[in-house]
Amino acid sequence: MLWVDKYRPKTLDKVIVHQDVAQNLQKLVSEGDCPHLLFYGPSGSGKKTLIMALLRQIFGPSADKVKVENKIWKVDAGKRTIDVELTTLSSTHHVELNPSDAGFQDRYVVQEIIKEMAKNRPIDTKGKKGFKVLVLNEVDKLSREAQHSLRRTMEKYSASCRLILCSNSSSKVTEAVRSRCLNVRINAPMEEEIVNVLEFIAKKEGLQLPQGFAACIAEKSNRNLRRAVLTFETCRVQQYPFTNNQAIPPMDWEQYVSEIASDIMKEQSPKRLFEVRGKLYELLTNCIPPEIILKRLLFELLKKLDSELKHEVSHWAAHYEHRMRLGQKAIFHLEAFVAKFMSIYKSFLISTFG
Amino acid sequence: MGREIAMAPLMQSSQPWVEKYRPKQVKDVAHQDEVVRVLTNTLETSNCPHMLFYGPPGTGKTTTALAIAHQLFGPELYKSRVLELNASDDRGINVVRTKIKNFAAVAVGSNRQGGYPCPPFKIIILDEADSMTQDAQNALRRTMETYSKVTRFFFICNYISRIIEPLASRCAKFRFKPLTEEIMGSRILHICKGEDLNLDSEALSTLSSISQGDMRRAITYLQSAARLFGSSISAKDLISVSGVIPNEVVQAIFSACRSGNFDLANKEVNNVVAEGYPVSQMLSQLYDIVVDADDISDEQKARICKKFAEADKSLVDGADEYLQLLNVASSAMQVLSNMPQDMAF
Ligand SMILES: Nc1ncnc2c1ncn2[C@@H]1O[C@H](COP(=O)(O)OP(=O)(O)O)[C@@H](O)[C@H]1O
Ligand SMILES: Nc1ncnc2c1ncn2[C@@H]1O[C@H](COP(=O)(O)OP(=O)(O)O)[C@@H](O)[C@H]1O
Ligand SMILES: [Mg+2]
Ligand SMILES: [Mg+2]
Repeated sequence: MLWVDKYRPKTLDKVIVHQDVAQNLQKLVSEGDCPHLLFYGPSGSGKKTLIMALLRQIFGPSADKVKVENKIWKVDAGKRTIDVELTTLSSTHHVELNPSDAGFQDRYVVQEIIKEMAKNRPIDTKGKKGFKVLVLNEVDKLSREAQHSLRRTMEKYSASCRLILCSNSSSKVTEAVRSRCLNVRINAPMEEEIVNVLEFIAKKEGLQLPQGFAACIAEKSNRNLRRAVLTFETCRVQQYPFTNNQAIPPMDWEQYVSEIASDIMKEQSPKRLFEVRGKLYELLTNCIPPEIILKRLLFELLKKLDSELKHEVSHWAAHYEHRMRLGQKAIFHLEAFVAKFMSIYKSFLISTFG
Repeated sequence: MGREIAMAPLMQSSQPWVEKYRPKQVKDVAHQDEVVRVLTNTLETSNCPHMLFYGPPGTGKTTTALAIAHQLFGPELYKSRVLELNASDDRGINVVRTKIKNFAAVAVGSNRQGGYPCPPFKIIILDEADSMTQDAQNALRRTMETYSKVTRFFFICNYISRIIEPLASRCAKFRFKPLTEEIMGSRILHICKGEDLNLDSEALSTLSSISQGDMRRAITYLQSAARLFGSSISAKDLISVSGVIPNEVVQAIFSACRSGNFDLANKEVNNVVAEGYPVSQMLSQLYDIVVDADDISDEQKARICKKFAEADKSLVDGADEYLQLLNVASSAMQVLSNMPQDMAF
């Protein structure tokens, strides 16, 4: 088991970061008054961990007994019935899914599942009806229609089904949905907090962790806790005992983007553009999301550029990323950005050095 | 372990405060004096026209309609005399017609019961009426005429322009105003008393101002804060549940723009995103700062605001939050330090 999973705190009283949030969640549960919840914050900040620990707090250890199901949902889309295949993770008390996997059908799937959950309400020993929890991941990727019909469903079935929504950005969750939930912001942990987690893992694994090295991993992680833990484990495989100045290997794809940045700073020509296109393709076929590639490329370029060019280049990065959202073929827009950059940079070189 | 087993009996949901503190009587609806006066009169004369309530969310429209209906008929007759339809019901043309027909067709008597006026008509409340299609509204027009002797319609909506003229012209229209901060404050204090909460004066004025005249929002924030932070609630607690970004954070971005230092601005933008603050919210708070600033010329303000608008649209399209905020910060920086904004290359 990877350390990120092995050392994911299982209960709210065991978390190392976000202790304040965990305490608040404990309070919610102990007051028996759990509203719909929206967790939002950057990737790798600890949302999923808190949600799983919360479920355990509500339902006890049986919330951990989950099974993965690949189910076909027959959904009633107006005049016809459509089959939608979706993977769900469920225990007796909750169901978890990524509704955006259902694409255009997302809205029907969400409603269908909630209705089904409402039908089989669990009953406790006193014969009182309880509720189930539906965890929806990546709600920021949910279509507007799906979000709209969610708000209606949230009210109608609120007695039998509580929602826990998880999202990387709350800008993309509609106001109507947000105002029906208790909003919980999960910020990316600070470097010191990441160091605490690394030290905890080191202790459990019986490793000597030099302070400078831990700080170095934390700094390189860009406040992404998952990434820090993954890096830590990789370093352990590469060299132990650790030293303070041990090299921290960059991720392969980041190395690759960094090379692209050097390539286009060195030569601006159709031939070079063609070569870079091949590299961009390779990144995309390795499932690196295009906006991540673009942001990383910008990051590398900004490190090398003169300040007057920084404004212009970041403007075009925003421009082409927006275009990419509206369009369908990410490669066109990535390539357009590279071409634009080459043109800007070449003019700059000519006007500066003649 | 012991605690977890004790938790196993499933939690019951308690009543949200938005429902618990809904005024039960028309006279308790705050700030909407005109409609309260007219309806108080109705209680005496047992007479009332069709009504159209419009205005922003959380100003008391649904509350007022429900209150008058209850006061006219009392709990016993309410079910047989009042029909509530809202947007979560299926409101295709046929459904509306059939439901209303079935409801209105049963005749009513006019004997006073249990001290309630019980006038000889039924009330049909169409909440969120602006989400009805034009066709459905047109169909309703005839229904209204057919049953005009025995029914009164209450239409409720945010935008009066979405209600077709023939319907609107048959109603007495009342605009519900956003609540003032004083009135919000006194309602909030009333709830605090009922729930044994402690709110200092800073927290109170903060809550009134961040809710922007919407009482539902104020109550939701208050209940969220009470759930999370216990019975002593500070301004900071309220801000944290409302999604409003703390002023220092917004100011930090703005000063970075003024500094003319791109790397500093980039660092602040990264920080905003890492902290998980919604960039759309950041834009609207930055907007307030820019518009209020004394030392920025009107032309500069206009140029910065144009960038806000473009970024806002891009965000709605799903564009990346970091790139959009960075672009806004960089543009604002160029405007503020009078750098040439046309692309140099
Ligand atoms: N509160 C915490 N205390 C200690 N480690 C944590 C905590 N939250 C997360 N982690 C570690 O960070 C990793 C990533 O967290 P996760 O909850 O999956 O992030 P997110 O859902 O925000 O992307 C987890 O696998 C776990 O190892
Ligand atoms: N004018 C008001 N006076 C007192 N309470 C109000 C008023 N307006 C709104 N509220 C409170 O806000 C909540 C929402 O009000 P509601 O009437 O449903 O708003 P809407 O105008 O959106 O229909 C109610 O539960 C009530 O407690
Ligand atoms: Mg995650
Ligand atoms: Mg209403």
